[in-house]
Amino acid sequence: MPYRYLDEIATADVAFEATGGNLEEVFTAAAEATLNVMVDEPERIERVMRVAVKLENTDRDMLLYDFLNELVYLKDARKLLLRVENMEIKEGAEGLSLVAELSGEELDPAKHPLGADVKAVTLHMFSLERADSGWKATAVLDI
Amino acid sequence: MAAPLSMKRISETVWEIPRGYKPGMLVPARIYATEKLIGEMDEGVFNQVTNVACLPGIVKYAFCMPDGHWGYGFPIGGVAAMDINEGVISPGGIGFDINCGMRLAVTDLTLEEVRPRLKELVDALFYRIPSGVGSTGFLRLDRKEFREALEEGSRWCLRKGYAWPEDIELTEERGCFEGADASKVSEKAIDRGFDQVGTLGSGNHYCEIQVAKPENVIDEEMARAFGFTLPDQIAIMFHCGSRGFGHQVATDYLQSFLRVMEPKYGIKVLDRELASAPFNSREGQDYFKAMKCAANMAFLNRQVILHRIREVFSTVFRRAPEDLGIRMVYDVTHNTAKVERHVVDGREMELLVHRKGATRAFPPGMKGLPERYMQTGQPVIIGGSMETGSYLLAGLATGKDAFYTTAHGSGRTMSRHHAKRMYRGSKLQHEMEERGIYVRSVTWGGLAEEAGAAYKKIDEVVGATESAGLSKRVVRLIPIGNIKG
Repeated sequence: MPYRYLDEIATADVAFEATGGNLEEVFTAAAEATLNVMVDEPERIERVMRVAVKLENTDRDMLLYDFLNELVYLKDARKLLLRVENMEIKEGAEGLSLVAELSGEELDPAKHPLGADVKAVTLHMFSLERADSGWKATAVLDI
Repeated sequence: MAAPLSMKRISETVWEIPRGYKPGMLVPARIYATEKLIGEMDEGVFNQVTNVACLPGIVKYAFCMPDGHWGYGFPIGGVAAMDINEGVISPGGIGFDINCGMRLAVTDLTLEEVRPRLKELVDALFYRIPSGVGSTGFLRLDRKEFREALEEGSRWCLRKGYAWPEDIELTEERGCFEGADASKVSEKAIDRGFDQVGTLGSGNHYCEIQVAKPENVIDEEMARAFGFTLPDQIAIMFHCGSRGFGHQVATDYLQSFLRVMEPKYGIKVLDRELASAPFNSREGQDYFKAMKCAANMAFLNRQVILHRIREVFSTVFRRAPEDLGIRMVYDVTHNTAKVERHVVDGREMELLVHRKGATRAFPPGMKGLPERYMQTGQPVIIGGSMETGSYLLAGLATGKDAFYTTAHGSGRTMSRHHAKRMYRGSKLQHEMEERGIYVRSVTWGGLAEEAGAAYKKIDEVVGATESAGLSKRVVRLIPIGNIKG
């Protein structure tokens, strides 16, 4: 997957860098990076439940922040481990809108090799910027 | 390593970064550490503590404790006191896990009695105290009841039979941040937390069975006052916080502060994680009231877990918890902001003290201490790694300069991914068992991340707090059993 964890940042927490050719790809990669902290082998999560997410923000990076927070929220509030099925991000004069369909299943410690709980997405060093290949996102997750 | 060249050594254990180090610093930054610890600190600490020194209304110094390391917003171990009239409140100065804290209880059991039943005890604790990602507690609270409990804190547990009256007395703030207002928390926060009361969480959260060996009692008189009276006495220490509820409260207000901080209040910060609002603003006060709800959720959580621990010990030993003498020593908070009165340059001031990954350590005679500890000073519980040991200490009058604050743990030196590459959880469990520590964890990876070598040396950290006059060692506690999320 187009993400890697950064060892040198925020000692007790987990930092990652995700990349993508467009906004949808970098958002998807960032979501996978967040999920993979909480569960090993996320590809083994069965896609049996679907959740629609709609978000709006005036800033690209804060839209990503809202999106990752939504995943953390759904993990606690509905016990769901979710991956991106499809996503569309539109940029207009008023700002940005995101419509995504997520799929996955309810968290089951007997089935899923769990990792560390993600408490929150922090804004420390949080960034979404253009890169040679498209976009690059950096985030520090509170563990 | 990148300690600033302008950093000066003020004493054996105090280091100062002057205001000139970074534009915008309103006060100097002070780090408490031995030469060894300061040499090991990552550059994030120096950057973050000097960012904190730029926050409006900060008084005297931005501090970092000896276990400090690179966090988000504040460094972990960061302390900042703001003038309540002119200063700000910052969720990044408190952390997402609001009132993550430590609780210590003693028993009348000795190592000789517990050793033969250790596995049974640890296994029972592991099954009875849910931990790990997405775990839910045994309490089935509806949302209305949860909201009530948020405003009452540990007193709710007393009403429901999950606490002894003495437990409340021996909890910081007597188990309730007064002024908590559940109307200031979002439905999303309730969604995330109402079924998590009585759960440990994951990461560095744990519950440990420990022994106080006679050779590790440093101050016998103080140890006795704190409840350690037997040779090889068994104690239980645990670390957890406000779970998804607190994390969401912090997330909500971080976003709300970002929207108003600059346009409405003209506040600029060097890291968005330091988003702030004036303490005396609607936004600041709303967050303070919501933060108190999260702090109370953490008290509830630790109280319900203590109840479970008493049940487990009672079942395994077939004796009542009262008969086993499972009594609280104290419960300390780590991630909070509190209004306190301190003397600054000879003048008594009302301050909002942010402590992030730092422990309040009141000296003898301080208002707010339980009657029982008026002569001794506040018990301070500093948890080490699961392999090395922990300390019970006491607050000192010489901690005045740091607004009576001390360290909160060992402090990590190795990232979680690095530790996972270095250690294998299953091998570590086996090696620890050979050394007499029986550990259970939801995940092997989680266990590897918490390997002792990923942390600073606890003796060095507590030694630094003692040399700096922040807290005084009373008993060193050795782990024999541990459950981890």
